[in-house]
Order: sequence, then structure tokens, then C-alpha cells
Amino acid sequence: MRIFCPHCGERGLEEFTYAQDAERARPTDGGATPTKEWEGYVYLRDNLKGPRREYWYHGGGCHAWLVVERDVSTHEILSVTVP
Amino acid sequence: MSGYRLSQGGVIDRARTVNFKFDGKSYAGFAGDTLASALLASGVKLFGRSFKYHRPRGVFASGSEEPNALVELRTGAYREPNTRATMAEIFEGLEAASQNRGVSLKYDPLAVNNWLSPFLVAGFYYKTFMWPSGFWEKIYEPMIRRAAGLGRNAGMPDPDCYEKTTEFCDVLVIGGGADGAAAAIAAAEAGQRVILCDENAPLYALQLPESVRLFSRTTVLGVYDGGTYAALERLTDHLPSSSAPRQRLVRIIAKRSVLATGALERPIAFGHNDLPGVMLSRAVGDYVTRYGVAPGRNVLLYLNNDDAASLIPTLHGAGVKLAGVVDARPRSSDALYDAARAAGAPVYAGAAIIRAVGAMGVKGARIRLAAGGELSLPCDIIAVSGGFNPNLALTSHFDGKPVWDERIAAFVPGILPPGMEVVGKAAGQGINANILPVFHSGYVPGKSFLDLQNDVTVKDMKLAEREGFASVEHMKRYTTLGMATDQGKTANVNAIGVLAEALGRGVGETGTTRFRPPYVPVAIGALAGAHTGRYFRPMRLTPTHGWAKELGAVFVETGPWLRAQYFPQPGEDWLSAAQREVNTVRLAVGICDVTTLGKIDIQGPDAAVFLERVYTNSWKTLAIGKVRYGLMLREDGMVMDDGTTARLGETHFVMTTTTANAGRVMQHLEFCAQILWPELDVAMISVTDQWGQIAVAGPKSTATLAKLVDAPFDLSDEAFPYMACGALTVYGGVPARLFRISFSGERAYELAVPARFAHALAEKLMEAGAEYGIAPYGTEALGIMRIEKGHAAGPELNGQTTAHDLGLHKLLSKKKDFIGRAMAARPALMDTQRQTMVGLKPVNERDVIRAGSHLLPVGAQAKAENDLGHVTSAARSPTLGSIALALLAGGPARMGETVRVYDPIRGGDFEAVVTSPVHYDPEGKRLHA
Repeated sequence: MRIFCPHCGERGLEEFTYAQDAERARPTDGGATPTKEWEGYVYLRDNLKGPRREYWYHGGGCHAWLVVERDVSTHEILSVTVP
Repeated sequence: MSGYRLSQGGVIDRARTVNFKFDGKSYAGFAGDTLASALLASGVKLFGRSFKYHRPRGVFASGSEEPNALVELRTGAYREPNTRATMAEIFEGLEAASQNRGVSLKYDPLAVNNWLSPFLVAGFYYKTFMWPSGFWEKIYEPMIRRAAGLGRNAGMPDPDCYEKTTEFCDVLVIGGGADGAAAAIAAAEAGQRVILCDENAPLYALQLPESVRLFSRTTVLGVYDGGTYAALERLTDHLPSSSAPRQRLVRIIAKRSVLATGALERPIAFGHNDLPGVMLSRAVGDYVTRYGVAPGRNVLLYLNNDDAASLIPTLHGAGVKLAGVVDARPRSSDALYDAARAAGAPVYAGAAIIRAVGAMGVKGARIRLAAGGELSLPCDIIAVSGGFNPNLALTSHFDGKPVWDERIAAFVPGILPPGMEVVGKAAGQGINANILPVFHSGYVPGKSFLDLQNDVTVKDMKLAEREGFASVEHMKRYTTLGMATDQGKTANVNAIGVLAEALGRGVGETGTTRFRPPYVPVAIGALAGAHTGRYFRPMRLTPTHGWAKELGAVFVETGPWLRAQYFPQPGEDWLSAAQREVNTVRLAVGICDVTTLGKIDIQGPDAAVFLERVYTNSWKTLAIGKVRYGLMLREDGMVMDDGTTARLGETHFVMTTTTANAGRVMQHLEFCAQILWPELDVAMISVTDQWGQIAVAGPKSTATLAKLVDAPFDLSDEAFPYMACGALTVYGGVPARLFRISFSGERAYELAVPARFAHALAEKLMEAGAEYGIAPYGTEALGIMRIEKGHAAGPELNGQTTAHDLGLHKLLSKKKDFIGRAMAARPALMDTQRQTMVGLKPVNERDVIRAGSHLLPVGAQAKAENDLGHVTSAARSPTLGSIALALLAGGPARMGETVRVYDPIRGGDFEAVVTSPVHYDPEGKRLHA
């Protein structure tokens, strides 16, 4: 797989690390208690087919966290952005 | 002995004789020969024994699709099994051997399997060796493996070397035939950067533009995401011996690709169609035209299509006798009749070969005529053609399903991988439509093989269908058809044809199995490349590595690092050396390289706020020039890492992480800064490699350091107390950072200098501490002291422990938000019955606690439901004897209780007392000693 890093250009998969999907937002309630919202953020994944937004880390390059839009059933990369 | 070398023809170099051995016997061929062509030219017919029935087998094909002629090449550790004789180029001194045979190829006692064959049908192993189940591993499987099989593993480390490279191009052309060459030239002329991969040795000098890079002997193995292709280049397999890499795994990044792999011929199955002498028609033609070899003296051609008729003039032109043409079609084409007439051979239209006759090789054929009668014809080669299959394996690596094309009776590429184009016969173009789809000659007596490599017959397929294996994927796994080294290149389509017939369905409707990489077998060594043994991954060395080596240190791998484990003096084993090092630190002073701890430089106006959020404890209140211990959680509330962080300035911090988690913490911090809180003005960078850091520990540490620090830096306890930090210079101007922190529990410092000065610093420290009896210490002594002090480390920070579990809950701030705060508060994680870190000491001083031992209530049976936890870390303290840290259910409440320490694997079963994890100096007085 090849990912086009906005800073470094097109690079091989081995320079990147997948972290998690970029569809969820961290709850902003101060985090004092384990609410349903927190459980959802930490554990629940829809695992949907088709284009998904994901966080990838360019650890072998510029150390940027990138939002990669990828079709998880074909591996086609639709866009790469610096959030 | 029927094959022979023609007096002319072929692209071999007849001026260069090449001598080689097969099964110990000497032969000669010419430069340019494959093992198959040279042996055929020498009259050899028998190449091996079949997988299951040990039937005699000869060469069937002329390329990488060969199912039969698998041999072992070279000897000793260099021996490589399952090499296709059709692909192996001969060289002077080559030693090859047949495989899967008994005493000799001719006399194989396991050929008795052939007579047992009524019991060895499809699914036989599944049906027969079911009971008793315990017999499978010890008796049945080894027996089957011995009897049925391919070549032998060398059983020694592979002495060859391999390499991996990456290449880039605009257009990758796969296949160097006419279509591929044309595509490469056209792309080059359009200004594209072109790579042309061809599987064969460069027989013809292709006239290619300079911008085309030709990779010969290079097989493209697979297609991957983003225009990535894997190819295997055989660099020195055709040379006697070489110190150069044997093979090279080439990763090719191509914007587009052109697949020009042509078509592979398929046979028609008939009785005893595995006898040596039965060959694909095009293979017979190849041996004549490419190698100047006649595989036999009297060839019978069996076909169902017009493409294969081209063999007739080839044989006629080379002066090889054609015994006749058996055409499955009711009427042959006029061109075929004309060619056969010119060759003086009879044509039997609407006929079928029902059986090959002969014991160790073809002696004749039994033919069923259109009119109904039967006829026997003498011959020594049966050249067979059931049609041509576009060689489309690479098109289906992206889930593309081949589509059945009625016109040419073959599967053609379906949806292609992105960027791929298919040309020529691989696309089904140029394959003659004058074909009658016939896959076998009917249910005739004797075995009709569909898959020669796996010994799967027409009857096996029929049986599989009767037993309900109607899907091609199930059929493949049940019968093993299409598996092993050739992946059914000559077998699959016929099998699908037979299955379709049995199901009463069309071939297209029945469908084909999907092809997966690799296209041909690949040595594991080629996939590993240079990454073997100690080169498996890069080794990181500490900046004092050379110094430690000079002092005779024994090293140990800790993650990617090689660290000094202990520094033995004459007569010392690891334990006595480590215990002496501990005593030196506790009584005088010792030094230890701690560079491997992750060091992250964090700067910015919001740096303190940032630390507040990633650490569980408070950071805003940390004064400049002070160090604090910090605890970091994951978002799920489990402990991620711990370490000390120093505040060097208002907006400048240096964080340390554990050695193991350095990379992970860096990635985590960057995620927090870039994604979670982009509004914070903070930046960070790893400085692990930039600073060499040495711990100076022991009551004499201050006195030792005092000799090195430059004036006016004040080391006194008033000016530089416990948990102080500061920038300074040492031994005359070397910039340094000093931290008064302690992992050992003694009065101690960590001194950091630019990495290039660390070796010299270690030497200066040894000089400065000489009068106090200074000694270097390694990871063993470090480990003993941290267990004595009850510090959690890797075995306790195992990803399943909370701050409560480790006794660190006081560090969980209630006043602020931090990563992991919410989820750490889940009731189950606060349960006091959770396994919590405690200390252990054996009741009997002679017992030694070992890490990994389980803890049980005294008197309880050793059963999983009685398990209370396990020993995470154990040490042999020079002053305290055997001590340990453990995770024990309801730990703090059991202080003073006795538990059973149970270690069935290494044979330990005794009692121990539960103690505080801090075994040594619980008041912390030594920090100021």
C-alpha cells in the first residue's frame, strides 16, 4: 500500500502505523466518570464496509498524524489530510 | 531411452558442453539447456515418483507450470527440494537428484501404494485416520508424511544469501514474449520508465530501447495495493557457485502494468495419462525449437483445437516421426488435414485416446474411434492439448474473478487490479476458437489423472461431487487438487470441467478457484532477505558499549538495545557478579548506562498543561529545576508507562519513559498534541539518541561527581537536593544535565551529556570513583535493586494493571482531567479483590522464588479456580535472599499471610509470606545517606 503524505510525498506502508478510526470524537465532559459515551469512544466500533476515515502515524517520516480516507474493502486511498 | 538431440535447431550454445549429474550418474548438455531438456536429450524419461501413489513420472511441460519433474538441486546445506527441472538451468558440476522415491527411481517399494489405490481416494486421510484420535500425531501423520511427499528439506541453516530491493517505474510489463516486448517498446517510446520482467533466461537478445530495464529470470509473484508488485529475481541459481546473493526479492512500484503472460496449455485426461512420455503438445514443440531436443522418436498427437496443430509442421520440419493425430472434434480443420498429410500421418477425427500403454514409459496408445471400434498405435510420446488457458493468475490477486469464455473454452480475466492492462493470449486474444471443450476421454479403465502433482483423478472428482463437495473451493480442499508447488496450473480447468459435467452445469456457472500469491513457490530465505540471525532487526548500541566491552561486560538484548547485563570479574558467575555490583552501589558507588530510557524533549507555552493531561498527577506546580515521577494511563484506564520528567525552564521539560515503551509513548504524545488538543502550543522531539545518560548511584555518588562538575555548580544537598535537576558543564566545559533521582533507592544521580561524550564520561567517572571502589553495574544489578525497592517495571506494567493494582493510586489527581481518568474509575477496576502488587519472601530461606510461579491459598489444590495470582519479578538479593514482586488477589489485605508458591513446570512448591513490595529501606533514608 502507498500513502501520499502531504509533507513527505508518496511513501510505502512500512513507514506508517495505523492507530484507530477517525470517526469518533473524544468526550469533553472532563472524564470524571465512566459514562456510556466514554465506553463508546474507547471500545465500540461499527466496522463498516466502504470508505472510512482513519488516523495513520507517519513515524518513519515526518511524525505527523494523518487522516487517511480509505475504502476498507478495496484498500483504495481516497484522500490524505493533515487534520 | 527415446529422446535425443536433434542435429540442428534450438537456441542452445552447442559449442559449450556442460557436465552435470542426475541421481549420481554423469550427463552432458549444452549451455542454454534446462535440466529437463538436457536429460530428455540424453534419453532420460523417468524424473520422479508421484506424490501419493509413487507412480513413475516424466517431464510434462516446459515452463514453470511443470507438475511432475520436481528435483532436488545441489547438495548438503545448499540442497533445494521441489525445483522444477524445466526451470533449472544446468551449469558445470550441477548435482541433481530425483525425489520421493525408494532405493532408486526405477525400484520404489512404496509403489505398492498404487495397488492400494482403491483405498487412497479423495478424502481418504480424513476418512481413514480418524480413530483413535491420539494416533494422528504420533503414528498416522509421520507415516503419511514419509510415504507421500515431495523433496527433503536440507535440515540445515540456509548458507545462501538473499537480498531485497525496491524499484520504481511508470509501466511494468510482465512477460517478455512478443506481446510483452511490443508493449515495453511502445511505452518506452512514449517516454515512460519501463521495467520488463521475464521468467526465463534471456535466450534471445531482445532489441529493447535503453529506457526499458529488463529483469530476466524474474517471476512476478503477486499484485498488491497501490501499484505494488512482488517479483523474484533468480540471480545465481544458474551458476556453479557464487558469493553473490542467490535470489533477490524485488518490490516494484508501478503506476501501470501490462500483463503479457500468454496462455498455458491444458491436457485432456485419459487412462494412464501420467506415464512418462505423455506431455503437453506445446512442451514437445518447445523442446524441439528452443533446445533442439526430440523428446521421442514417434509422437502421437491428441488434441481438440487448432492451435496445437502447429506441432505437426514443427515435428515434420525437425524430422521427428508423427504416429498420427487423434482429434476429439468430429471434424478436423482443413489446415490440420493438410499438415498431417504433409507429415505422412493419419488423422483420427471424432476419436479419443482412452489409455496410454506401457510400464515405465509410453509404448503405445489405445484409441477409441469415431465409428465405435478401438485401435492400438505404437508411439513413445503422446503430445496432448485440451486447449489454452490465458495465464491470468495475477489478475485475480485483487479478488477479480475469471470469466468463462465459451468462444475459446477458457477462463479470461474478469475485473482487473487497478492500473493493470492485459494483452495478447493472457487476455484470450489470439487463441483459436476452433475448439471442442473436452476435459477427459470419459470414464475409462485405469487412472485418468487431472492433477499430476497431487495424484487426483477424474474418479476422485466424481467421488467428491457425490459426497457433496459441489463448490469448487470445497472440492479443491477435499481432493487437494490444485495445491502444492504448481497450484494446479495444468489441472484446475479440467477439474472444473469434470465437476461441471458431474453437476450438470456449465463451466462458467461452476466457477473457478481464486488465485493467490505467490505465482510460483518462493524460498523463505528470499522473503527474509538479509534479515536473518542477528540481522533480523537493527541492533541499537548504547554510547558506552565499547567501554563496557573493554571491561568484559556480558550483554543482553533489551528490546532493540544491547545493554551490559553484568561485568564479571575472574571466577564470578552472573549471580555473584550482579550481587557484588549491588553491594558496591549500596555501600560505595556504581555507574550504569541508562541511555536506553526514552528521552522526550517537550517545549512550548502550554507544555505544563500538556503534561497535566497526559500524566495522572499534577505538573503545573512543579518548580523549575525539579524532577517529578509521573504515571501515564491509556484511554482505557490501564497503566501505559511511567518515568520521571524534569522541568528545565518555564516552558521546557524533559520526559523519560521506560526503555520498552519509548516509541509508543512518543507516538501517543504526538497523537495527543496533534489530534486531541491541537489548540495547545507545545512541540516535542525524541532526544534518546542525542543524550548519553549515566546513573551514578551509592553513598559516595556525590563525592565522585564533585570531582567532575565544573565550578561554580554546587552539589551540596542544600543547593541540589533530592529530585533537583539542572544544566551544568563537566570536566572542563562539556555541556551536561544532572538529575538527582534514584532507581536503586540510594543517594543517586543521572548525568546526561551529548552522546559522543558518554564513553569519555564513563571513563572519567571510573577514575573519579576509584578511591571509593567504584564499579560499573549492569541490568541484572539494576533489576535486583528495583525489586528490592518495589518499583514496578515491564513485568508489572503488562497492560492489564491499573494504578490501584500497582499501589500508585495516590498519583491519580482528582482535580483535573487526564487521559484514562474516566475509564480508570470503572467499579470493576476499583474492586479490592483485584490482583494487586505485593512483595513475597519464602518462609524457608532455602527456597528460591521464580518469576512465573502461581500463587495459591495454602492447602488448596493446584486448580485454575484456586489461583490467586502470579510472581511477576524475582531476585536474589545479596542482603535479603530470595525476594519477589507478585500480583496477588486482594493483595494489601493479605499482608503477613502465607501463600503457596506453585511452579509445576520447573518443579517448585513451597510457602511464602506476603510482604510490602518495598523490601529494602521502606522509609527511604538511603536516598539521603
